[in-house]
Amino acid sequence: MTSNLDELRERFPEQIRSIEEAIPGQTVVLLDGPDATAITRHLLSEYKARLVTVFAEDRLKAEGVFYNYYVFDRRGDTDWVILKAPVPSDNRKFPSLAAELPSVNWQEREIQDWFGLEAEGHPNPRRVALHDNWPNVHPLQKDFPLDTVLPPFEGERHVYRPTLGEGVFQIPVGPVHAGIIEPGHFNFAVAGEPILYLQVRLFYTHKGTEKLFENLPIHRAVFLAESISGDSAFSHGTAFCAAIERAANIEVPVRAQFMRTILLELERLANHIGDIGAIANDVGFVIANAHAGRVRELMLGLNETLTGSRMLRGMVAIGGVRRDWQRVQVEAIEHTIERVEREVRDLVAIIQSSDSTRDRLERTGVLRSDKARTLGVVGVAGRASGIDLDTRRDHPYEAYRQLSFRVPVYDVGDVYHRVRVRIDEVSESFRIVRTAVAQLSEGEHCAPAQPIPPGRCALSAVEGWRGEIVHWVRTGENNRLERCKIKDPSIDNWPAIVEAVEGNIVADFPVINKSFNLSYSGTDR
Amino acid sequence: MFNILQNSFRVGTATAEYPRLAPHLAEQFRGRPQFEFDIWSDARPAADRCPTGAIAICDRDDARQVTVDYGRCIYCGECAAASANGAVQMTQEFELATSNRSDLVLTAEYSLNPDGSHAELRSAKGGPGIEDAGKRIEAAIQSLLGRSLAIRQVDAGSCNGCEQEITALNNPVHDIERFGIHFVASPRHADMLLVTGPVTRNMELALRKTWAATPNPKVVIAVGACGISGGIFGINYASLGGVDAVIPVNVFIPGCPPRPEALLHGILLALGQMQRLSHSNPHG
Repeated sequence: MTSNLDELRERFPEQIRSIEEAIPGQTVVLLDGPDATAITRHLLSEYKARLVTVFAEDRLKAEGVFYNYYVFDRRGDTDWVILKAPVPSDNRKFPSLAAELPSVNWQEREIQDWFGLEAEGHPNPRRVALHDNWPNVHPLQKDFPLDTVLPPFEGERHVYRPTLGEGVFQIPVGPVHAGIIEPGHFNFAVAGEPILYLQVRLFYTHKGTEKLFENLPIHRAVFLAESISGDSAFSHGTAFCAAIERAANIEVPVRAQFMRTILLELERLANHIGDIGAIANDVGFVIANAHAGRVRELMLGLNETLTGSRMLRGMVAIGGVRRDWQRVQVEAIEHTIERVEREVRDLVAIIQSSDSTRDRLERTGVLRSDKARTLGVVGVAGRASGIDLDTRRDHPYEAYRQLSFRVPVYDVGDVYHRVRVRIDEVSESFRIVRTAVAQLSEGEHCAPAQPIPPGRCALSAVEGWRGEIVHWVRTGENNRLERCKIKDPSIDNWPAIVEAVEGNIVADFPVINKSFNLSYSGTDR
Repeated sequence: MFNILQNSFRVGTATAEYPRLAPHLAEQFRGRPQFEFDIWSDARPAADRCPTGAIAICDRDDARQVTVDYGRCIYCGECAAASANGAVQMTQEFELATSNRSDLVLTAEYSLNPDGSHAELRSAKGGPGIEDAGKRIEAAIQSLLGRSLAIRQVDAGSCNGCEQEITALNNPVHDIERFGIHFVASPRHADMLLVTGPVTRNMELALRKTWAATPNPKVVIAVGACGISGGIFGINYASLGGVDAVIPVNVFIPGCPPRPEALLHGILLALGQMQRLSHSNPHG
């Protein structure tokens, strides 16, 4: 895409101030004002680009403006294009894209809540990230101190849209749920059993994560990245480190790249295996979940052998990984993978052979391909609905360039195919891990520590087990960050659940929800 | 059907025998860091590297007070890597749950050399409670027989790491139901709240209401570094810190996240508490 950008400059000479490739493969197009609408439309239609994420930055003190960033990529092209649109301090507004691009609905409202910039023309401009009772504050503005004490929770409660009609009821659920899961509120409108309309309200676990990144030295912030979404600790940790490495031009040793790749796949395996069991469990096939839970323990045990943590924490570091592996640890990977692969084959066989289980999973919670595309769905849920995206292939990082693997894509979009994608990916992951272990060369496991230069911006993307994780950083003085934007795939996929449950019975909501298995903490940050 | 049965017979018993037997820990597992205060020549590198502020130093004149809080620790091992002479070493101890928050805090006071390193250890205290927990648990297990315990888990803002390990308590390996302990869907059915944190501003009201809906006598466990102290998130505009900032807490289970055996240890410990509560206040 980068090579064609001269066309963009010629077409929009008034709007484009400069085009610069500051980081290889990441081109920043600086606009002359807050309106990115025309260029966005052009990139989407003429370049077949995809809008990956939208976020803002407060640069008032340094440059006297806010910036909105619009990140694009397109199929078959590893480059990123980032529109950078200044929003002046005396007119804090920008034209909303949400009406034509529903995928940015929540992210534009986050910008409103966190930065106080108004998304003009947004079809539903209500607060999203800060709940209704919050005072009029914008926590990601630079002059808002992290440790501000706000008055306790009281005042206005969220008003859900009423659903009217004879025999129509609304069922409120949450934020404290029946199972061991994260908090969120679901408001179902039902007529009898089928769901007419679902309203989802999240951000209960908003804990100031992006602001906190601006207040920690980078070497400590790596651990914060591991706590964005605990089930993706290694993926988020790696995405964060990779963004810093790109910004500071740090070369990660080859051995470390392979070690990271292996650990990323082990994270995918443990989570996918757990999900396959949990989805079966939600339709009453308890024995499958028992096996999956047992097999998952084998994976977590391997994680502990490789990193000292069952959740792969405390391993990734700027420049590589914290600890090298001895031969015996590498052998443990081979042994465990061999055993787990056999176990997973048995697990899949018993699920496939259970007609009653398949009956509950097939045609349940269908997310149609066109809706998935409109909503910008990514990851496992996207691939089950015909969205052929996989960051490992589309923007290769770590050792993925040297590894071949298949990306399973189905266009049915029901719960069964979200399981199917996981089953296929599990076997691909076994293969990736084996190949990566075979190619694991001797050498350094971490680049030497060095100071991080200030004022550098970089983006990184990692295909977590759930989908596309994006981190964007601007480095600051004294090994600190000016800004860290985190996009977890969950924020892209939550609105899709609303579509997928429509017309299904309330009793199937848990299994539909589980088949997406989105992170609340990753969304809420 | 035949396949399913065959599979189960082939697998046999998967359940580990913790707490009767010690669990299998990988050699690399990082448990509690052990501080040899008398040979610690400088706490500053460890305090600088500690991601959560679990190691804090306060210098006054020519003296330094060092505070180590296992309730903030995420067991990353950075302090051990940053300290010379093996003054800080990672152990494999994970049974760290305690009913007394102050049991998790160690302090040491040093006089200082001109370059800021430690000259002499003046005093060190704290931490005996952690060792005691191992003994107390025996009593708890005894009293457990014949009981059935209903737990309501509440995520008050966690990153979901703790939820992963709490869920693992239900798998066949850890199988918490063998103790008559089970997770229930409503606080109204619960004897115990197992709460993860940090408690966010947006979850404060829900947590208070959940606590109020739980019948007496009830026990509250704060899980993980964030549940105990706010962990790496601490206290900020959106986070109120640990669970005890909002509701009373009976037992604290350190970890990030605590491994399933550590959770089980803490839950059994809390059960002893519960027994005491019911005897002293039979009608709640």
